[in-house]
Amino acid sequence: MAKYTAPVQSKIGQIIDVIVLLIMAIGALYIPLWLGMAGSSKEPVAIENPTWEALGQNPAMVGQWEKLGFSDPAAAAEMITARFDYSFSISSLIVMIVVIVGYYAILLRFSEKEYCDVIAEKFGE
Amino acid sequence: MAQEQQTEHVGLARVLGPAHVWALGVGIVLVGEYMGWNFAVGKGGAYAALIACWFAGILYSCVAMIDSEVTSTVAAAGGQYTQAKHIVGPLMAFNVGLYLVFAYTMLEAANAITVGFLVDTVATMSGHSGVLDQRPFIILAIMFLAWLNYRGVLATLTFNLVITAIAFSAVIILFLATSGIFTTSPLQHAELMSGPASLPYGWLGILAAMHFGLWYYLGIEGTTQAAEEVRSPARSLPFGTLAGVMTLAIAATLTWYVCSGLMPWEYLGQAGVPLFDAARLSGSTFLMVLLGIGTLFATLASANGCINDASRAWFAMGRDRYLPGWFGAVHPRYRTPYRAIIFLVPIALIFALGAPIDQVITFSILSGLLGYTFMPLNIILFRRKWPLDSIKRGYEHPFHPVPAFVLLALCGTTFFAVFLGYGTQLVAMIAFYIVVSLWFHFWRYRFVNRGAQFTMPWPKPRGY
Repeated sequence: MAKYTAPVQSKIGQIIDVIVLLIMAIGALYIPLWLGMAGSSKEPVAIENPTWEALGQNPAMVGQWEKLGFSDPAAAAEMITARFDYSFSISSLIVMIVVIVGYYAILLRFSEKEYCDVIAEKFGE
Repeated sequence: MAQEQQTEHVGLARVLGPAHVWALGVGIVLVGEYMGWNFAVGKGGAYAALIACWFAGILYSCVAMIDSEVTSTVAAAGGQYTQAKHIVGPLMAFNVGLYLVFAYTMLEAANAITVGFLVDTVATMSGHSGVLDQRPFIILAIMFLAWLNYRGVLATLTFNLVITAIAFSAVIILFLATSGIFTTSPLQHAELMSGPASLPYGWLGILAAMHFGLWYYLGIEGTTQAAEEVRSPARSLPFGTLAGVMTLAIAATLTWYVCSGLMPWEYLGQAGVPLFDAARLSGSTFLMVLLGIGTLFATLASANGCINDASRAWFAMGRDRYLPGWFGAVHPRYRTPYRAIIFLVPIALIFALGAPIDQVITFSILSGLLGYTFMPLNIILFRRKWPLDSIKRGYEHPFHPVPAFVLLALCGTTFFAVFLGYGTQLVAMIAFYIVVSLWFHFWRYRFVNRGAQFTMPWPKPRGY
């Protein structure tokens, strides 16, 4: 196999590459945040005039809440009643599986193609 | 240009021993006992978090076994990135390099957020009224540690060794002081975990807790980043990594035991600094001060190790032209990858100053998880391409391929756990890696020399 000589990248080209990579990385975290789609699906349940009993707390739990600075059950109500919603649709689960498996399939396929060139040049055909 | 060529070929200094490897691994991860692990309690309850802790321990034991074998053979900076380059291929290596950089940089950002939160908590307890601006403390922590890393790896990891030992001792002392061995125990497991509090989400909660269960150990695989700077990699890396996993499994169980016996699960599942809160609830001022210092030291040690590891991975990719070659330079005096260290500072700051901590932690966990999913593929291909009799390994892990399949199964479970509650983030993250992979394959890879990437003195792989 003929030896491949990589072109020398200009300084501006290097800077542009880094900026592109940064935009993609920051976007991956911030775009879902900006769109309000990221984060846990954890929602508190509103209870009017909550008591420790209504919040399902026994005397030992109440004692610890008070030591933590929550002497009023209303102050702790939001924290106690917040629950994750783990309901999901089969279709969204399938989408997730396809995305993950597809990602690794792309990785392995393209990597193998590149790897063959590396080995061919390093060790000869 | 000539000078640039010269700086690129200066090697990193081989100055580290097994204790430094242990300190690098445990130092990065010990903060997971001080904050973040408790979100597993929020996702499934206290029992679920304990079960997740042990399953995550199995996952990381597999990671340590697999990683030790490959790293004791591929002893070069970049860790799993360099492994992927030699065993799977360039695109996988590029992705693995990014997993490492983002897992560690996000962990560093989470540590800095915790430093700010701890300062705020202590200020409030000391009588400060009003809102404390946490940002200067976050910036100061990141800048100080980056400077330390810039100055040299030996000083950095010696500093880590000392503060990690103090932070680990604080966990042990808290356990001994509250366990009832010396005085009456304040722990109330039976009362705090009774009724619906035992498994608030049922068995699904146990699966969901695996998401943050990884946080107990995430980053231990970072020991391999120091491969090029360790005096005896074949001995030090397996020893340091496996000792680290055992240390963390003990610390994680003790942490869970103390915290779940002192706090209602609803509070524990959302606490910013749970071990510090546990010390407050013990009623001892000494323990409160000790765990406050422990939390600060654990976050600093972790952020310190993260800067070390992320910069090595970025440096290694720059050296190979996977990223602009400018990053592949070593400081002529301190022999550190100084450009990579400086470049990653603002990225850590962007996330530390602008994103919620559970999002930052999830970003870090997902990058780590993608890396762990790569490892079974890596070891299977490694054994297939270079069977045991073809090259000398510093360490051969037993029962192959059982650890690889166990690891793959646990990774699949954890993907599902992240999907429960953080599905959008998961898909956004994978979408990012797909786009960036296409960018690398169709654009960036043209700047990379082909055969020169393969630097190990190995025979031709079988099947090629």
